[in-house]
Amino acid sequence: MDLTRFQAMSQAVIDGDREAAAALAREALSRGFDAQAAVENGFIPGLQKVGSLWESGEYFLPELLAAAEAMKAAMAVLRPALEAGREAALSLGKVVLGTIEGDIHDIGKNLVGALLSANGFEVVDLGADVKIDRFISAAEETGASIIGLSALLTTTMLGQKRLVEELHSRGIRGKFKVLVGGAPVTQKWADDIGADGYGENALAAVRAAKALTGRE
Amino acid sequence: MTAAVRPKVELLSPGLIDRILQEAWLILEREGVLFENAEARALFRDAGASVDEAGQRVRIGRRLVEACLSRTPESVTLYDRTGEESFRVGGDDVHFDPGSAGTRVVDHRTGRERPPVSEDLVTLARLADALPNFHFQSTGLVASDVPPVLGDSWRVYLALLYSAKPIVTGTFRVEGFGPMRDMLAAARGGPEELRRKPLAIFDACPSPPLKWSHLTSQSLIDSARAGIPSELISMGMTGASSPATIAGTLVQHVVENLAGLVLCQLAAPGAPVIFGGSPSSFDMRKGTTPMGAIETMMIDMAYAQIGKALHLPTHAYMALSDAKTPDAQAGYESGIGAVLAALAGINVVSGPGMLNYESAVSFEKLVIDDEICGMSYRLLEGITPREDPLAEHLFREFKPETQFLTLPHTRKWYRIEHRQSPLPDRDTYDAWVAAGAKDLPERASERVREILEGTPARRPEAGLADELRRIIVDDARRSGVASLPL
Ligand code: B1M
Repeated sequence: MDLTRFQAMSQAVIDGDREAAAALAREALSRGFDAQAAVENGFIPGLQKVGSLWESGEYFLPELLAAAEAMKAAMAVLRPALEAGREAALSLGKVVLGTIEGDIHDIGKNLVGALLSANGFEVVDLGADVKIDRFISAAEETGASIIGLSALLTTTMLGQKRLVEELHSRGIRGKFKVLVGGAPVTQKWADDIGADGYGENALAAVRAAKALTGRE
Repeated sequence: MTAAVRPKVELLSPGLIDRILQEAWLILEREGVLFENAEARALFRDAGASVDEAGQRVRIGRRLVEACLSRTPESVTLYDRTGEESFRVGGDDVHFDPGSAGTRVVDHRTGRERPPVSEDLVTLARLADALPNFHFQSTGLVASDVPPVLGDSWRVYLALLYSAKPIVTGTFRVEGFGPMRDMLAAARGGPEELRRKPLAIFDACPSPPLKWSHLTSQSLIDSARAGIPSELISMGMTGASSPATIAGTLVQHVVENLAGLVLCQLAAPGAPVIFGGSPSSFDMRKGTTPMGAIETMMIDMAYAQIGKALHLPTHAYMALSDAKTPDAQAGYESGIGAVLAALAGINVVSGPGMLNYESAVSFEKLVIDDEICGMSYRLLEGITPREDPLAEHLFREFKPETQFLTLPHTRKWYRIEHRQSPLPDRDTYDAWVAAGAKDLPERASERVREILEGTPARRPEAGLADELRRIIVDDARRSGVASLPL
């Protein structure tokens, strides 16, 4: 694959252009190019550029989320063509994410999800108003390493505690790292309930997730 | 003598209001609004709206909306706990009340946020009762020392015990409505008396975009049937949960609120409804919802103007701030918000005392904001020509040494024309230093202490207090709560 094609891939992510990203990915596959190279030399450098545009204050959330979407679109095309071991190496880990039962606030959770996937995590978003049991079964089924719980109400915060307790009582506490967040949630609450990580905002959530997977 | 001109600001032209409404009619009829609540959908179906049960979607024709609008009272009158003092919510009347449902309180000793406990709710009720420029109180804090299942009714219990002012509140669970209504009815002397003389407003928020949750639909239905005014709190966040443009967000706001209004009228024709909201601009860097942004205030003023055009009472979350302490940012955001809300003639303005978006209450800020609200009311009184002639007679015997301080005209008018404000610093520099060089939050903190030590709470008589206790204990028992902190 030539340099301009890699650049086009980067640019599609930088522009947050989902269609272009998917089209470039399809084109690469149909021409028999190496999927791995497309990801590593094409799309990921785009994501890195987006990160630095964010850091420098040029990019805001809409650009960041659009870039994450474009990346996702490309990966959806390329993933089947990646060798299994290689795919795992590209992912920082799987996160099952959702807002707790009884709570429909999902904007913060969506932001956390978008930034996690923009940073290389594979996010299984269960949506809002999700039962404790569902978090656990989804985590088991997908082989996730992190369960991320968002709660915006003082009532639903308790669900975070219940999930940790439930993991204990099922004897699988050690299998998953628990990451918590949401407006009423504090580091102290996270410590009190024995969660593994806490994010005050979406970027902090990414830092915490990286720390939990030992990728920082 | 002519009356004062009431100062007023409007942001929308009649043409733009019309365009917003036209698009709202179209969306209500074509896309519709999601209602998770089955009883709500049944009410819509019975009224002839097109209901898609599987998708929980209700499409509402303009005719039905207009029929419901014509049944909605143009104003609501709230009465305090004694039933004596009344407040009309309608026209261009403005009533400020503290902001609602804070999950943190700023501890005045440390200046840091902490979870509120029941004592803080008592303090809030007592301050709201004593501060003259809050016409209503609000259940502005959620107590962390009672289990969350009791969070909503416990707030109303303490509000009724420690203040006589009408209450702005809302449910956190469907089961919360019953005990809350029962306590209000007990305070009034019965459900029919409560219907005739409402003592509280219940807030209910649609879930943007275009959805009413099970809980909030039920709150609308239950409140309408009990004659309790519902405040419709649409809260789009520009570019996150509603269109990025202000005019676009207004379209969504109108659609959501009108769908809620129709539900209220279907549940009980003539039910009192307030066209409110808590929309915000969305900070695209921090991912937060700045209530102090000027665009947030512009959305508030504009939907209120549309509410007025629809002949409805109005509400907004204004006069609050995103700052974390009662600092200069808190002052300018709350000050600008209060003045604009007043100039827009918004009937219920919730927000004073609040910091950190809608999540924290500072008692010092509450005292400061009371002053801001007082200034706003004064602004609304406008300039009255007090005498005829206005001043010409004062100059008839004009001499260079004429002293206004000694004129009877001065003594006659200065108290009426000018507010006395002990809170702001109006000392000379030296006097300020001599008095301890205190800044505004320090002086406000002293005022908080003065009120708590010097102004006894307006408690209900013993019979009512017992009855309220019986209701809350009953609710606690049913909710599996063994003990109460107060
Ligand atoms: C997994 O790891 C992690 C790590 C970090 C994580 C994380 C997970 N999740 C979040 N984070 C963190 O990162 C995110 C990005 O930086 C951040 O997420 P946030 O979600 O904090 O931030 C978002 C990007 C922006 N913020 C938000 O989206 C929330 C803003 C406020 C104003 C808010 C909104 C918008 C809404 N609300 Co609601 N709402 C309020 C909120 C007040 C506030 N300032 O928090 C709050 C939370 N609401 C409240 C209430 C009372 C309610 N709300 C309700 C409804 C709604 C809307 C549907 C209208 C709407 C949500 C729309 C939606 N689709 O999400 C009702 C409940 C519905 C329900 N069952 O859930 C209702 C009960 C109101 C009613 N009676 O109708 C209050 C809670 C009080 C309490 N007791 O807990 C409240 C504090 C406002 C208030 N003062 O009254 C961090 O917290």
